[in-house]
Amino acid sequence: MDIQVIGITVLWVFLYGYLITASIDFGAGFFAYYGELTGRDHIINRIISRYLSPVWEVTNVFFVFFFVGLIGFFPDTAYYFGTALLVPGSIAIILIAIRGSFYAFGNYGAKKSKVYTFLYGVTGLLIPASLSTALTLSEGGFIEEVDGNVTFLAGELFTSFYSWSVVLLAIVSVLFISAAFLTFYASRANDTPALELLRKYALFWSAPTILASILVFVALQQHNPEHFASTLDYAWLFIASLFCFLVATYLIFHKKRYGTAFIFVMLQFFFAFFGYGVSHLPWILYDYVTIYSGYTNETMGVYLVIAFVAGLCLLVPSLILLMRLFLFDAEYVKGNKS
Amino acid sequence: MDSAMLSRLLTSLTLGFHIIFATLGVGVPLLISLAEWIGIKRNDPYYTLLARRWSRGFVVTVAVGVVTGTAIGLQLSLLWPNFMQLAGQVISLPLFLETFAFFFEAIFLGIYLYTWDRFKKPIYHWLISIPVVIGSTMSAVFISTVNAFMNAPQGFTMVDGVLTDIEPLAAMFNPATPTKVGHVVMSAYLTSAIVLAAITAFMMLRGKTGTYYKKALKLTMTAGFIFAIGTAMVGDFAGKFLAEYQPEKLAAAEWHFETTGNAGLIVGGILDEENEEVKYGLVLPNFLSILAHGNPSAEVMGLDQVPEDETPPLFIHYLFDGMVGIGMYLAALTFFYMLALRVKRFNPGNRWLLRLIVIAGPLSMLAIEFGWIFSEVGRQPWILWDILRTGHAATTSDHVGLMLILFLLLYIVLGTLCVIVLRKMFHSNPAENELEEIAKSR
Repeated sequence: MDIQVIGITVLWVFLYGYLITASIDFGAGFFAYYGELTGRDHIINRIISRYLSPVWEVTNVFFVFFFVGLIGFFPDTAYYFGTALLVPGSIAIILIAIRGSFYAFGNYGAKKSKVYTFLYGVTGLLIPASLSTALTLSEGGFIEEVDGNVTFLAGELFTSFYSWSVVLLAIVSVLFISAAFLTFYASRANDTPALELLRKYALFWSAPTILASILVFVALQQHNPEHFASTLDYAWLFIASLFCFLVATYLIFHKKRYGTAFIFVMLQFFFAFFGYGVSHLPWILYDYVTIYSGYTNETMGVYLVIAFVAGLCLLVPSLILLMRLFLFDAEYVKGNKS
Repeated sequence: MDSAMLSRLLTSLTLGFHIIFATLGVGVPLLISLAEWIGIKRNDPYYTLLARRWSRGFVVTVAVGVVTGTAIGLQLSLLWPNFMQLAGQVISLPLFLETFAFFFEAIFLGIYLYTWDRFKKPIYHWLISIPVVIGSTMSAVFISTVNAFMNAPQGFTMVDGVLTDIEPLAAMFNPATPTKVGHVVMSAYLTSAIVLAAITAFMMLRGKTGTYYKKALKLTMTAGFIFAIGTAMVGDFAGKFLAEYQPEKLAAAEWHFETTGNAGLIVGGILDEENEEVKYGLVLPNFLSILAHGNPSAEVMGLDQVPEDETPPLFIHYLFDGMVGIGMYLAALTFFYMLALRVKRFNPGNRWLLRLIVIAGPLSMLAIEFGWIFSEVGRQPWILWDILRTGHAATTSDHVGLMLILFLLLYIVLGTLCVIVLRKMFHSNPAENELEEIAKSR
């Protein structure tokens, strides 16, 4: 395998990690806010807070890791995306900043405030929407380079059917992933009222994720026919994704094995996300940067891979410890340990 | 203003805000770990409570540090795309390693904060603080190597704007790295100790003079004394580094216009830029030669050797003097406190001494800001010293001004709320309440 392919695969794995962990976090924020609006916050908020408090910072690092790694392996992306994404990127940073710090202010600070919950809930939907524009841009047609000046065609982006279909998919997926996870977490905690409510949310958002995915395919066919044609070569990945979705929904519907159901949700997104990624190759930014043209020099590439392997040896055991303490420790999940 | 100037302003705004939380983020874990360790070793609940309360406040500052760190990480690419495209080829290794260190720290910080009562032996909980300390310090180490690289770029050959012969390790371990890393880490430890000491002194002035506070002050001031000596030593090496690798930065900082031996060190003063004359300054004879080369008669390069368009702004002299002055104040203050501890007749809870310690808190943070502005402005006009000019590296986008306003608002809100939340947090749950509980349970 080319080192470029290894590099982009590593980064894609981390982006997938962010997709899952951040979706849980973002969706949880929305459910917490929705719960407060409908007077049901007492049912689910304890569950949400017990899961999120120790891990929210880790979620954030997945994202930092992805973009720092992307610039490391493919410095050209800094130039194109950096120039084009100043406004949407800055908005995303501001939202992430508000979200992270208000979470800390609200949860570790003296008392809860309605404003914090509101901001926490709303940013949970706005951040995936604004971050998804980076993926939309990568399809080409929204960035133009004339005489060495990169310009971002914001008007095109806002009127593009494809761009809105991606935003829709991002939001719906966030809510589905999050509800599926929290259903599992509530079942581990033997918290029946929370489980009932979250299970309903998960089922409610299940069908829309598939509908939104189909919409993205339709829009992609119009926007970037070349990429669409390439997705058909990897059709088996998308079929596998659909199969996993069906298994997950079946299990949740029949109130069985919520843990397995969530693993299938993760697999559903794994197949779809990697299907999308592999069919997008070799392009990072369509028509401008490929993983070969934008690649850093050979020496740096090798060093980065070595650093990555060494880093993983440190991170994987640490992450396992974190999960054992807060995810798989039934006593903690039930709230019997502080 | 053009987009390059606006980009500089926005970057300095983000860095200036982030560095407050980053500095605490590097230093406070060490002090927490120290307090917990002493608490376990001496079986002294006061120190354990100190560690607990500090860590509670620390979560809030670390949250702001994390989100503003994410901001600066992304802004590097958003505001300086040309710089990242070029420098990324050579220096992305430590940037990448920094995220690993950050990852490591984040995982164990999450564990540390939520497992206070989960282990049978308290020492296990203390062990978790070690990866947090290592992770936060290593973050500072890696990111400082990137900044060092900007000051002393090496590890590549540039032919017609194309980089070849790239050696990532040579770039990372450039001549500026040892002094830069040492100075950043030491001053972060120092500032964190002093800020915690200042908070304690403030509480003591408010009439809270119990054992808990006395122990807190003793711990933080003692740590502060050790780190002040460390900072001063590394600072001296940093001066010698400048003389060798960035002589124009030192010359501008010292208003040293003519290349001479036996060069005097100018303290304070006002510059008459037209005539290159310094008024009201205190000149310490031979001291600049000593600072630069460790020899009173050594020749120190002056600004006469520097092309006009490569001369850094001369106001950095004030920043340099401010930083050094505050550093000396901190060293003297902590030294005096250490003496006071030993002299029986003198009371370490003396109100004047406490007032001086309270002032030291904000001053130490000011010194951090001065130091960074000095380092960054002193490198101008270069973003990558002698390779890439700042003006050529900035984004061409027209929207930087608007973003500057948005981020300014963001930092005002975050800064204000952070202070309010921290005050509320400690006000609604004073140490006395927790001390009572401990006394009951014993």
